[in-house]
Amino acid sequence: MTNQKTISRETDLSGQEYQWGFVTDVETDLAPKGLSEDIVRLISSKKDEPAWLLEWRLKAYRHWVQLSDSEGEPDWAMIDYPSIDYQDIYYYAAPKAATEAPKSLDDVDPEMLATFEKLGIPLQERAKLAGVAVDAVFDSVSVATTMEEQLGELGIIFCSFSEAVKKYPELVKKYLGSVVPYTDNFFATLNAAVFSDGSFAYIPPGVRCPIELMTYFRINTEGSGQFERTLIVADKGAYVSYLEGCTAPFRKSHQLHAATVELVALDDAEIKYSTIQNWFPGTPEGEGGVYNFVTKRGRADKNSKISWTQVETGSAITWKYPSVILRGDNSVGEFFSVALANNHQQADTGTKMIHIGKNTKSTIVSKGISAGQGNNTYRGQVQIMPGAENAVNHTQCDSLLVGDQCGAHTVPYIEVRNPTARLEHEASTSKVSDDQLFYLMARGLSEEEAHHMIITGWSRDVIRELPFEFALEAGQLLKVSLEGAVG
Amino acid sequence: MLEIQNLHASVLDIENSEILKGVDLKVNKGEVHAIMGPNGSGKSTLANVLMGRPDYEITDGDILVDGESIAELRPDQRAHLGLFLAFQYPAEIPGVRPWQFLKAAHDAKAEARGEEKMSVRNFTKLFDEKVEAVGINPDLVKRSLNEGFSGGEKKRNEMLQLEVLQPSMAILDETDSGLDVDALRIVAEGVNSMRSPERSFIVVTHYQRLLNYITPDIVHILVDGKIVQTGGPELALVVEKDGYREYLPAAGATG
Repeated sequence: MTNQKTISRETDLSGQEYQWGFVTDVETDLAPKGLSEDIVRLISSKKDEPAWLLEWRLKAYRHWVQLSDSEGEPDWAMIDYPSIDYQDIYYYAAPKAATEAPKSLDDVDPEMLATFEKLGIPLQERAKLAGVAVDAVFDSVSVATTMEEQLGELGIIFCSFSEAVKKYPELVKKYLGSVVPYTDNFFATLNAAVFSDGSFAYIPPGVRCPIELMTYFRINTEGSGQFERTLIVADKGAYVSYLEGCTAPFRKSHQLHAATVELVALDDAEIKYSTIQNWFPGTPEGEGGVYNFVTKRGRADKNSKISWTQVETGSAITWKYPSVILRGDNSVGEFFSVALANNHQQADTGTKMIHIGKNTKSTIVSKGISAGQGNNTYRGQVQIMPGAENAVNHTQCDSLLVGDQCGAHTVPYIEVRNPTARLEHEASTSKVSDDQLFYLMARGLSEEEAHHMIITGWSRDVIRELPFEFALEAGQLLKVSLEGAVG
Repeated sequence: MLEIQNLHASVLDIENSEILKGVDLKVNKGEVHAIMGPNGSGKSTLANVLMGRPDYEITDGDILVDGESIAELRPDQRAHLGLFLAFQYPAEIPGVRPWQFLKAAHDAKAEARGEEKMSVRNFTKLFDEKVEAVGINPDLVKRSLNEGFSGGEKKRNEMLQLEVLQPSMAILDETDSGLDVDALRIVAEGVNSMRSPERSFIVVTHYQRLLNYITPDIVHILVDGKIVQTGGPELALVVEKDGYREYLPAAGATG
């Protein structure tokens, strides 16, 4: 039962709008607003980075300047927002207490610990009981990592990105940018230039990581961007399940989040990556909220498997396509997603499955829920390259509408260049019907409970892919996120 | 006790759509009433209006439970008071298992009544017993609620809910339609075993067939939104023999 305790934050969330919307009063070390080569250098020097990494950042920065001057932000997604002023953002915000890295939990700012308490993050003993090692990223700098030692005995590395740069530079150098190069896209390029911290995990050959690794991300400073970077490498025959949670406090101004995640699954390895994204979605009137532009991609070598599961309930804008490059023969890619857009939220999310190796297989299950005036787009690409003999893809894409002012869109791109491929695409759009509601209410459920039951049931194929504790949280989040959309 | 007084109801937001045109009915505790009538007479509408389906609007009259009006209550509030409707066409709810649904319903009712929720263990025991009692295929209750159930399976599932929730006022809306004889017998046995001085039933049916298995205390004939005749169980046999023709003067004229 401790498993449940770690994640389910409150048993009763009813009557609350955005319960994670509190601001922590911690002294913050802010670099001046705006982006320049100096800021990139400052970030790098604050973190004491080696020259090669600074060089990489600078290349990215220069590339980004070029992109900004030419094409600018990508504009193909079905999202609408005022242009972002990149000079009006803080690119570096470290809690002051963390300028000297904490040696133990006792050294962590108590205020910050209290925040984590409120978030229900199992930072202390509870984490161990729950079998979850937590790497919590508060604004940009990792403040505490638990269970590192126990993992160390197995040769597993799980630490903040900055620490990995210091302690395991060869590993970082070898894999950084190997899946998402700094030239990849506008936001990934920006991230490469200014990323502040993130998580790093390495699982050695043949090791099955015995616990779930977890990172909590949180934006705290007003007007700050969050640019974290995660790199996970599962060496040959290794296995890891990684969880990622995100929250941001209630702010009337927009906040930019441009993260990059790279997964490397070497031969026979498996990575399961689960996300619950609950960034502040903005007020019901559409004020504030996080702009979430995220690049996530995995590389799957021979006989390996990469599985993305995401529950996206937050953010004013979600622009995110966790992808798998199936380059090894017999590799498997999976994408399970529930994306919810309520009030004025806009979600344009999906995946790319690039089949390169023989007998590669991918599965896509996307569930989009639109409510209020929300707009939800599934955008997915399935590409079968000429050498991908006997590739198989199954795509299932369902949309659910709550109310009559929301929108659901499906944009699949399919490119097949090998005649042996087998692809299936199923799509459906449905509404929560009055018959369903009446049926459940006639048995005693309130209208809200009835909606919640219908929606979580409809999302079940995705939610059951989540680790147990996360599945509970996902159910609660869907409930909270839909408040106001029904009744 | 349920009392229906001069009940008029229309389809919501549609003019001149009156379906119930002054229904009067009194069901005492422990009684089983059958409501029979031709197609389109308003039988199903009456069942649904009693449960509070939002598609209908009460334009006149009242519905009282133990002397209190329930006309303004939501369906869930009526359920908490002990009303239950066995649906003619139960909705399919993908991804929701019958156990989960019924546990939530059971809890909601307990909570509304200020009673203690049943533990998972005890509820599961109760659920399994009832699954066996109504003869529903145990594999079926592992699936999504009503999804891919046959007509008969859906009806058995309604009976399962009836047995688990133990309402004080159960309304069966043409639960017999589409049932083979075996299923019919199971429904009837369910009702008969649940008959008690504290529980009443309204059995809505087109055919007399179900009443071979459930002997009602009182039979009503509903025609064109009104109860035109009330009698004992023998009334059902008359209808079985002669049909509803004598209650339909207008239809009689045209043939």
